Amino acid sequence: MQYEDFKDNESLEKLVEELNAAGTNVVVGVFDDIINWGRSNSVWPLAFATSCCGIEFMSVAAARHDMGRFGFEVTRNSPRQADFLMVAGTIVHRMAPILKRVYDQLAEPKYVIATGACAVSGGPFRNSFHTVPGIDQILPVDVFVPGCPPRPEAMLYGMMQLQRKIKVENFFGGVNRKQKREEFFKDKE
Amino acid sequence: MATIQEKISALIPEASFAEVQGLQVSVPDAQWHKLAKALYEDANSPFDYLTTIVGMDWGETLGCIYYLESTRTGNRLSVRVETADRQNPQLHSVADLWESANFYEREVYDFFGIVFINHPDMRRLFLRRDWVGHPLRKDYDASPEVNPIRLHHEEAYDTTVSYVEQPDGKIVKTEPVIFEPDDYVINIGPQHPSTHGVLRLRCSLDGEFIKKIDPYCGYIHRGIEKMSESLTYPQTLHFTDRLDYLSAMQNRHALCMCIEDAMQVEIPERAKYIRTINDELMRISSHLLFWGTFCNDLGSTTALIYGFREREMVLDILEETTGARMSFHYNKIGGVMHDIHPDYQRKIKEFCKIMPERLKEYHRFFTGNVIAQGRMHGISVISKERCIAHSMTGPSGRASGWACDVRKRIPYALYDKVEFDEVLRTEGDIYARYMVRMDEILQSIRIIEQLIDNIPEGPVSEKMKPIIKLPEGQWFRQVEASRGAFGVYIESRGDKYPYRLKFNSPGMMLVASLDEVCRGGKIADLIAGGGSLDYVIPDIDR
Ligand code: SF4
Repeated sequence: MQYEDFKDNESLEKLVEELNAAGTNVVVGVFDDIINWGRSNSVWPLAFATSCCGIEFMSVAAARHDMGRFGFEVTRNSPRQADFLMVAGTIVHRMAPILKRVYDQLAEPKYVIATGACAVSGGPFRNSFHTVPGIDQILPVDVFVPGCPPRPEAMLYGMMQLQRKIKVENFFGGVNRKQKREEFFKDKE
Repeated sequence: MATIQEKISALIPEASFAEVQGLQVSVPDAQWHKLAKALYEDANSPFDYLTTIVGMDWGETLGCIYYLESTRTGNRLSVRVETADRQNPQLHSVADLWESANFYEREVYDFFGIVFINHPDMRRLFLRRDWVGHPLRKDYDASPEVNPIRLHHEEAYDTTVSYVEQPDGKIVKTEPVIFEPDDYVINIGPQHPSTHGVLRLRCSLDGEFIKKIDPYCGYIHRGIEKMSESLTYPQTLHFTDRLDYLSAMQNRHALCMCIEDAMQVEIPERAKYIRTINDELMRISSHLLFWGTFCNDLGSTTALIYGFREREMVLDILEETTGARMSFHYNKIGGVMHDIHPDYQRKIKEFCKIMPERLKEYHRFFTGNVIAQGRMHGISVISKERCIAHSMTGPSGRASGWACDVRKRIPYALYDKVEFDEVLRTEGDIYARYMVRMDEILQSIRIIEQLIDNIPEGPVSEKMKPIIKLPEGQWFRQVEASRGAFGVYIESRGDKYPYRLKFNSPGMMLVASLDEVCRGGKIADLIAGGGSLDYVIPDIDR
């Protein structure tokens, strides 16, 4: 997809601006570009599929939509082998500590995509006594994909947005992400 | 020959009777176990199949409604038992008679706080042990301060509690042991690729062999039943598509039928045809997904791709008509949402031609494989009697020879007009469960082929008032969902909201029976055995 075809280019540009605010060393910048090119074309998901959206995610992995075409290759079932967490489905109170643990076990650098209305905001079950109203209450989320369930194309689009985000990051020297994460969890403790 | 009613009143003079969709008996708790035993052991028509237990909060008292059925005669009966008070609600357990009551009573305890005396394992089923309150009670405090999102982990306990009645009538609290201290216990799930959802199993092993399995549910308990109590009837419909998302059509069909029953609405003929065809399409797509994931679990990754290939064809057909791939929202009270797509019939006919060929391909490619055969034959066997005791319906029950198909037992929609065979096998092993599903795909195609050319012209739905109110009363309806008998219970007090809405899912009983099905087998066969039962966890947890 072309750059103009993506929506929400503004937040990406804002991110780039923030990252470059301190200025970048030329050599480091070049290395960054090379590494990020590689990283962004090989991001393997950990499917944290709890319900209906998980089945749609299986369709994304199957032959018709085939996420392997874009570098997502295979889903991993161990957090140690995955690059990002694909949260597909409702997260309820009982599951929340487990989601947090799996997130903690992912190796750096790590990302989270919230797929489906449930993961984004609690969706149809937002008013329930046992549903977490959006996983951003417990985890920092990089990309939100709305829909109930989102079409496979929408999921692919969300995942490609993540790739773009990875591409502009400062891999060396850039500690921005980590700082942000620490800030996120500071007030959760 | 005495009728059931006469027999019961001879046995228990205090029993009172009512006519609620069949006979309903009310007995005091003190007599309940005696009645249950008599019904269970009745010589002519033993009520051996416990369909469900509905927990209730009637305001003054709490209680349960038990739905029973005799597999020999097909007689049905419901029993209403109330607790003495709200403060310390207690009922006698019937888990010693019906195996399935074990989980049902735990569910009622979890949601209503009713303690079952003599139940072997009085733990919560869905919520955490440190959860405060019982959510389905009307006086439950749902504020987030009482139950915040807890991010610390639950402790794993190896003991449980049980309230045992002594011969002198005193009730003593005991602590039965689930796992001995020197048992080797492993934990599987809830985040595990092969448990088919977020099921958690604690499993003790003796070498390679399974000694005991203790399933934990609730990792996707969304509180649907509680939420429904504050939604109008048309609003509650959308939850059904998200319970067992692989039986979305059938589940919604059940709820619509239950409401239509209550309102005494007859839906147009055309809508009946469309509903029946869609139910069968849904069943095919679910069995295809079963095939793909089950083979994947056994190590045949390519099968997943094949299964999804045909499933996409079904989804395309449904998408054209309904506009969605998974949450269809197509049935509505009084009919269906809108008319079918012009290509609907043509595409289905094409699909019906292709599918049998593809099935042959599947068999050539997987079923006949030596390794697959070796992993399926004679493993995880369960007998017909035990299936009934566990209320294991659907293809899993039919694989053991229990003719439990709701489409035959209590025909609804057009199932009494079409010809089809109830696929039965007797082995009760993994292979039988697998083959029943494969053969059911063919039967579904047979049903569709009989209907597809004869869809009558006419409207697709009855005109309904914008605000739907049900008269006072209770209704229970069942349909055959992709994995067994799916029931809906509604109790109305004349409002536009249900007073109580309960979904009775087939999957819960499949998980409850997992211990018995897999015990004594190898740990490596646990995944195959569980996969062959084909449960969907959000359906269980609701
Ligand atoms: S967003 Fe919709 S489809 Fe996805 S998990 Fe939630 S209810 Fe299911």
